[in-house]
Amino acid sequence: MERLRRTMMFVPGANAAMLRDAALYGADAIMFDLEDAVSLKEKDSARLLVYHALTTFDYTTVETVVRINGLHTGGRQDIEAMVLAGIDVIRLPKTENASDIKAVAAVITEMETKYGLTPGQTRMMAAIESAEGVLNAREIAQASKRLIGIALGAEDYVTNLKTHRYPDGHELFFARSMILHAARTAGIAAIDTVYSDVDNTEGFLYEVRMVKQLGFDGKSVINPRQIPLVNQVYTPSAKEIQQAQEIIWGIQEAEAKGSGVISVNGKMVDKPIVERAQRVIALAKAAKLIAEEEQ
Amino acid sequence: MEIIQSASAGTTESSDVLIMIDSNGNEGIQIELDSNVAKQFGRQICAKIEATLKDLAVTQAKVKVIDKGALDCTIQARTIAAVYRACGVKEIDWQVIRSWNA
Repeated sequence: MERLRRTMMFVPGANAAMLRDAALYGADAIMFDLEDAVSLKEKDSARLLVYHALTTFDYTTVETVVRINGLHTGGRQDIEAMVLAGIDVIRLPKTENASDIKAVAAVITEMETKYGLTPGQTRMMAAIESAEGVLNAREIAQASKRLIGIALGAEDYVTNLKTHRYPDGHELFFARSMILHAARTAGIAAIDTVYSDVDNTEGFLYEVRMVKQLGFDGKSVINPRQIPLVNQVYTPSAKEIQQAQEIIWGIQEAEAKGSGVISVNGKMVDKPIVERAQRVIALAKAAKLIAEEEQ
Repeated sequence: MEIIQSASAGTTESSDVLIMIDSNGNEGIQIELDSNVAKQFGRQICAKIEATLKDLAVTQAKVKVIDKGALDCTIQARTIAAVYRACGVKEIDWQVIRSWNA
């Protein structure tokens, strides 16, 4: 079953307390930030701090992601330390084209080889934060087998477009659609951008509902308080769960009988309906609305 | 490693530690600790710093520590950062660091 990525929580790499507590809030993924959240003169110390956190604290309940610096501004050292520490995913900022991905993937391969690690164990994701990157989203999404997802970085993107973020999000519609289609074509996750106004719950919920409707796997969050709000939007209703269970049971029964086509409640069930039902079940399990062993 | 300049790493925020290192002539290692939990954990904090300095082959250093409840891994990370800065070395040997905690 595909891993759920409803929430990816940003954690500044230089903050000792947040590194210690990050896994406690229930995010599906934690993104340790060595890039924008760390001042230039603190890069070395933050890299050491995140390395020690990863090799000390129990992050087994979450997917660990690190946002590295550009390859020529400390990114190579970031990759070496993080690969050695066993990070799950290296996130490349400001990705413009497939070459950016390939260059980082080559350094990851070099470090996995250097330290005798399983080739390919370190995955990648790419943040797209410019018009150039959005237009190249498809080639970016298909640039490496290591990629597990692509994400929109909206703040740099809207600056690049000569606009800013509006409550209705119209300025991001094209980028979101491009990123989503590129991700789906490549069979990887699409993660939406952050919402910076932490105290605006209504605005945040509006945005989460919109990106869920578009098809995004989840949203980047900057505060633990945003996690339950995203989960709430992504949690299926009792009716949706019931319908999904009936479809799964119907499929199991048809398979047992050797029947190819089934119908549930008078409606034909085909592959896309089964896939949607499986995702509903996965989201229901993540929300603990049904037990892990249930279908 | 030889301390050639004064340097520091870390912060005085909660759960962190500020490590300030300077050369110490031939006086060996001297640690001055300021911590609200010094009574209970002072010996352990100093032992962690001493062990890290030993791993880094630092034999002469004056170390001033302002602790705000940092865990061992934070103390170690900040001590390594301070020593590398004080020695003017930019490239960290990660393989060696991994071997300490293996």
